[in-house]
Amino acid sequence: MIFPPPLREGGLRGRVDYIPKESYEAVIGLEIHVELNTESKMFCACPVSFGEKPNTQVCPVCLGHPGVLPVLNGKAVEYATLIGLSLNCEVTEFCQFHRKNYFYPDMPKDYQISQYDLPLCVEGYLEVGEEKGVSRIRITRVHMEEDTGKLIHIGGSGRIHGADYSLVDFNRAGVPLIEIVSEPDIRSPEEARMFMQKLRSIILTLGVSDCNMEEGSMRCDANVSIRPVGQKEFGTKTEVKNINSFRSVQRALQHELDRHIDTIDSGDRVVQETRHWDDAGGVTTSLRSKEEAHDYRYFPEPDLVPLISDKPKVERMKKALPELPDARRVRLMEQYGLPKHDANVISLSKATGDFFEEVMETYEDARKVSNWILVELGALLNQANLEIDECAVTPRHLIDLLKLMDKGTISGKMAKDIFKESFDTGKLSSVIVEDKGLVQLTDEDAIGKIVEQVLAENPKAIEDYKGGQERVVGFLVGQVMRLTQGKASPDAVNRLLKSKLNNK
Amino acid sequence: MELFNQPAHELKRMMDTGEISAFEIAKSVFKRIEMVEPKVEAYVTLTEGQAAAQAKEADAKIKKGEGRGSLFGIPLAIKDNMCTKGVLTTCSSGILKNFIPVYDGTVVRKVSDAGLIMTGKTNLDEFAMGSSTETSFFGTTRNPWDLETVPGGSSGGSAAAVAAGEAIMALGSDTGGSIRQPAALCGVVGLKPTYGLVSRYGLVAFASSLDQIGPITKDVTDCALLLQAIAGQDERDSTSVDINIPDYNKALVADVKGMKIGLLKEMMGEGIQDEVKTAIKNAVDVFSKMGAEIIEVSLPHAEYALSAYYLIAPAEASSNLARYDGVRYGHRTSEKVKDMIDMYMKTRAEGFGNEVKRRIMLGTYALSAGYYEAYYGQAQKIRTLIVQDFEKAFDKVDAILSPTSPTTAFKIGEKFENPLQMYLSDICTIPVNLAGLPGISIPCGLSDGLPIGLQIIGKPFDEMTVLRTAYAFEQAYGFKERPKLD
Ligand SMILES: [Zn+2]
Repeated sequence: MIFPPPLREGGLRGRVDYIPKESYEAVIGLEIHVELNTESKMFCACPVSFGEKPNTQVCPVCLGHPGVLPVLNGKAVEYATLIGLSLNCEVTEFCQFHRKNYFYPDMPKDYQISQYDLPLCVEGYLEVGEEKGVSRIRITRVHMEEDTGKLIHIGGSGRIHGADYSLVDFNRAGVPLIEIVSEPDIRSPEEARMFMQKLRSIILTLGVSDCNMEEGSMRCDANVSIRPVGQKEFGTKTEVKNINSFRSVQRALQHELDRHIDTIDSGDRVVQETRHWDDAGGVTTSLRSKEEAHDYRYFPEPDLVPLISDKPKVERMKKALPELPDARRVRLMEQYGLPKHDANVISLSKATGDFFEEVMETYEDARKVSNWILVELGALLNQANLEIDECAVTPRHLIDLLKLMDKGTISGKMAKDIFKESFDTGKLSSVIVEDKGLVQLTDEDAIGKIVEQVLAENPKAIEDYKGGQERVVGFLVGQVMRLTQGKASPDAVNRLLKSKLNNK
Repeated sequence: MELFNQPAHELKRMMDTGEISAFEIAKSVFKRIEMVEPKVEAYVTLTEGQAAAQAKEADAKIKKGEGRGSLFGIPLAIKDNMCTKGVLTTCSSGILKNFIPVYDGTVVRKVSDAGLIMTGKTNLDEFAMGSSTETSFFGTTRNPWDLETVPGGSSGGSAAAVAAGEAIMALGSDTGGSIRQPAALCGVVGLKPTYGLVSRYGLVAFASSLDQIGPITKDVTDCALLLQAIAGQDERDSTSVDINIPDYNKALVADVKGMKIGLLKEMMGEGIQDEVKTAIKNAVDVFSKMGAEIIEVSLPHAEYALSAYYLIAPAEASSNLARYDGVRYGHRTSEKVKDMIDMYMKTRAEGFGNEVKRRIMLGTYALSAGYYEAYYGQAQKIRTLIVQDFEKAFDKVDAILSPTSPTTAFKIGEKFENPLQMYLSDICTIPVNLAGLPGISIPCGLSDGLPIGLQIIGKPFDEMTVLRTAYAFEQAYGFKERPKLD
């Protein structure tokens, strides 16, 4: 391992020794916001529902009218506690809300009720990277706060500056939000993505949020810095905001790390600032410098009383936690004998895990099921950019298909085409097979006749075979399949061809 | 005998015997308003039409045998920082001069449910920040006892209205003395309940950890009746406390024999006007003669109370008043603006008066990074020490006496340019807010024709003892003076 000298401080612009890119280490900490799917908002009775007409899911409280007071939604506390417990956190005995003060038109009270030095949950961890070696990412805290409204800027660049005017929709204002803060323990953009995926999977398993990054119910800000491998001190960090898809987590962080390295390599210093990820352009741009950073003037929210933890209840909740992805991975390996990779990928998505286990209720061969889910279905989902629970194929479809194959009704090749059609149309394989008369030809007399016909039409191939060129068999199989429109059983064709060739 | 000069319980008795109607009471009050309001200017908004209709409705109900509540049909003035659905609620501020709430505050709903009839919304210091009503956007209310002097504040409009007969009773709010000090200066009764006894939902927040709504009335009996109507836990206010509300009527017993009554040492010294001290000493003698044991008590940390208050209250206010930004309601600048920040700044510069701006700046500074511990943090520690001081004092006594205000009503303009002098007006009342205790002010004398107030402080949620002590004094002392406005 290379241990380059630490970067020199000041006075040496343009003269810093070149350090190869590989010898830098990424230091990443994440701040993740998750909207909870409670029925009502954090501090009022307004429903949490999306896609409604602007400013219809509002009341004096979430509009910040004079004289209103917040009343804490107990369900939100419960959900936040579940998330904290799932992340191996300690639920604090005494927690308090604070006001975070800053002016912005999407915030009705011009302060946000949030938590500061007394959050709900502290000191947890999440493990990622089961395949290449586990890393434990420490969780600093999990705290509760309220969401803001949404601004729509008309004219200009679509940002508030330069807009002709702006509209505000307060439907989202006051929706319960959880902030999860990690320690700067993440060492690569890939690890950050894995962290996000694992976290999402856990929260989906708990059922307390739909964790949709594109729709904003899960959001990610990242603190990024680099340092030479082996150095203990952190480099200057930048905060990257507006990362709003799983795909862009890795891209944005890779870009920002590269930018740090390029900056240092060109003799400049990284400036501590907040940067905005532009997904279309694939770059980050400066949003505000450290000097422009807000002073939020936190102080304890006098309108709410502190929360004293109900220890027995927390213990009961801990015991009643559902099976989380890590535990499911281990069980999938033990119960079904799945290989590590398969178990990992299947357990990482709650929907995929549920799909797999539902198929396994009526089907035996775990490896086959996992293969079909990960390879065939995985490719189709990727192409269509869908999640497993969003597509037309259900466990019933896969079971139907696998059984048709087992009975020999269809060949593996046919199965792939039929599966694609199932995926596109939602029809069961057996229905497709019947509609199209796609039954596999297993009658050996019938196949034998076609084999004879092919051999008669290809005397050159027979000679080549006799001359030791075994690969012509593949060509001849193809000819037979062509004549039977792919319905002939590949086993039978192979066997009959070989025996007839050898008898010539 | 004029109806507007009568206390509610007396009017109620007359209604019960069929001598008078709710409509006649309302008529008498509005006639009085017509006569003296141009001199006193206690109201920001009058709701005469609505009140007349409600009074008629009340009479109809009474005729049918409904509406038996002890305050049913009584006219009530409401301080203009409590949200009243469909009725202008300005906080006497330019920034809310056009604000009409879409909801009723909990207390407003409660008094309405009790059958009280709103006469209008009374003037206050802007956002309840002041001790004289001089910071009101709508001008100063005058003290009915001497129109050249202030009525006190911030609930000066409510206190003046009750004193002048422009309302039978009124609601005020008290953050550092805003019910008790104007009650003292106007010669009426004003009670600040224990923090958490009365819901704050719908009270436009000044300093959330100190604000409390309470009654301003002509006598202690009315005070108990109005407190009964507004006390109680509210699911909309998480800081309201779940306790059994006693029957405050049962506190109205003129007997303090054997009671231990404390006299606050720190509030009988420097800075207290001689005539006020004399009146308080007389009051102590009255209690003594009734058989109470008088014990001197001390609040060693009281001298820091004012400083702590002027960090905590402005800090909370700076955050509470942030929402007046011109985005959703209230005043928005009509000047051309460069951007959002410019809109905020022009709107707030135009909408807020100087005292409010001063406190927003003070509070913002006190909460700033690097200063929080030195100011806000330190002030909270003082607050804890004052709570402990009171706890120790209440180990020895059942109630504590002090002046309500260090002086009688001062001249309009006298302290307006000197905020520090003005802030000293609340020196006797502020420690009570910091400790969250109940405190009442009742008249205990006149000096140069201006009333003097006696403050009686009780243990947390012990309004019963406070009312009983006040009632006993009222019965024994018999303050019957009324301002001569005619
Ligand atoms: Zn709402």
